Amino acid sequence: MKTGRKVLSAAASVFMILLGLCFLIPLYIMVINSFKNRAELYMSPVALPTVLRIENYAEAIDRMNFLTSFMNSLVVTVSSVFFIVLFSSMCAWMLARTDDRKSRFLYFAFVATMLIPFHTLMMPLVQMMKWSREYLGIPVLNTRYGIVFMYIGFGMSLAVFLFHGFVKSIPVSLEEAATLDGCSRFGVFFRISFPIMKPTIMTVIILDIIWIWNDYLLPSLVLNGKELRTIPLSTSSFFGVFTIQWNEAMAGLTLTIIPVVIFYFCAQKYIIKGVVAGAVK
Amino acid sequence: MVTNRKNERLIYLVFTMPATIAFFLVVIMPFAIGIGYSFVDWDGIVLNPMTFVGLDNYKRIFTDERFIASALHTLIFTLMAVVTINVTGLALALLVTSKLKGSNMARTMFFMPNLIGGLILGYIWKFILSDTFRSIGETTGWTGVFFNWLLDPLFALFSLVVVITWQMAGYVMIIYITGLQSVPDDLIEAAKIDGAGAFTRFFRITFPLIMPAVTVCIFYTLSNCFKIYDINLALTGGGPANATELFAMNIYNEIFSYNRYGYGQAKAIIFFFLVAIVTLTQVALTKRKEVQL
Repeated sequence: MKTGRKVLSAAASVFMILLGLCFLIPLYIMVINSFKNRAELYMSPVALPTVLRIENYAEAIDRMNFLTSFMNSLVVTVSSVFFIVLFSSMCAWMLARTDDRKSRFLYFAFVATMLIPFHTLMMPLVQMMKWSREYLGIPVLNTRYGIVFMYIGFGMSLAVFLFHGFVKSIPVSLEEAATLDGCSRFGVFFRISFPIMKPTIMTVIILDIIWIWNDYLLPSLVLNGKELRTIPLSTSSFFGVFTIQWNEAMAGLTLTIIPVVIFYFCAQKYIIKGVVAGAVK
Repeated sequence: MVTNRKNERLIYLVFTMPATIAFFLVVIMPFAIGIGYSFVDWDGIVLNPMTFVGLDNYKRIFTDERFIASALHTLIFTLMAVVTINVTGLALALLVTSKLKGSNMARTMFFMPNLIGGLILGYIWKFILSDTFRSIGETTGWTGVFFNWLLDPLFALFSLVVVITWQMAGYVMIIYITGLQSVPDDLIEAAKIDGAGAFTRFFRITFPLIMPAVTVCIFYTLSNCFKIYDINLALTGGGPANATELFAMNIYNEIFSYNRYGYGQAKAIIFFFLVAIVTLTQVALTKRKEVQL
């Protein structure tokens, strides 16, 4: 009886792992085809490559301008996330700690606009970017700070909502004690409240990294120059109007996924926590 | 005292303004301007005239066959995808929480696709569902299943469902896992002793108790499927013959490919209302079914 049960549970475990591996088959197909030459790729996309053609990677790096676009993605993501966390935590803290009509209204505005899809804002936003250069002399199109600013704006709603919810759950007494000891409002926020918010800070960082790193549409509207392209924009260079060089494209896609996989394995614990916390919005 | 209050006001502004200004310029203003654009006829070229047409753009939407077709496709796609994502996600969550060895590893693998962007996922699957499927069909002879899915209007829509399920099942799985972990073990044990089978236990006890997680997951998948764009663009590009052109893509094409800025923006405003109605109704409906312990 006991051994029967053990065998059954072992079989179930094996089944589960196999299912997990099935889930990764598309990535496997991507990797094996990234090493093939064209003839081999078309002969059978599921067979293992007979020779490892590393040149695909060199060509992909060249074609995507991989290092530049990787750095662009990194700079845009890191700076956007930094400012989103800073501004939204400050704002949400103040709104949660001030109980008056304008704070409640502002909070409501942040939360209600989460329903607006990006496609509703995209065209007017592009027009505004053009006006900004024409009438104010501030170029926004084709600048890194322009896209970072837009990510800050788009990131506010969810981040303010998450921080606000968390601040409401921290007792005020600690902050009051600090104020009595002569701590300024800034001191209270940066020395006491901000460090306590760490779980929410991690959630916001994780969710926004995943969002901004993978975002395609906004950068495609803002960044036209080849030297400013982010990773998602550069992958589209494989998929032009004419025939697709699948082996090179697969090498390129593999390259773009490697940083994501590394990030996943380093921060898995936080990612899963962040996803759970972010979903209960 | 007066200076103190002034000081307080200043501090309030310092804390709230950076967030509010960015948010106002990037979300509120474009939204308001967008409503304005939806009442004009304009081709997007600055030198060309913008004519006020009142509600004409909105009236036109209801006779636009291509938009109605895309609405229909979006509806079919969303319904199918919400079901497949949630059923798969819940099944995976049940599997992973069943205290088997290796469940952490399996969870890691199931969640993996969720971190990869829709565009990149779309490209990977484009290769699988077209060339790889065709090649498998040719070698095995099972051409009923393995053919180029992206060339068939119906199967191209299924392709989108497959890819989004692959991407999002792991995500909803994580939320269902937290739901399942909050179901008390003694309740399940008691039902077992009373002779309830596995199915009864699931549908009578577990499922009602994880209703909050179900609300969250359906809300999340519904609004995401409804707004899908990246996967649509990379995988099918709207083809074959516009059979998979979903809402978001239809709006994008109307504005930036056909240069009908006013009309396209009217569609975008309708799109906003649809998304708002769908998600708010869904939340209101499922909130009622939640069971409190």
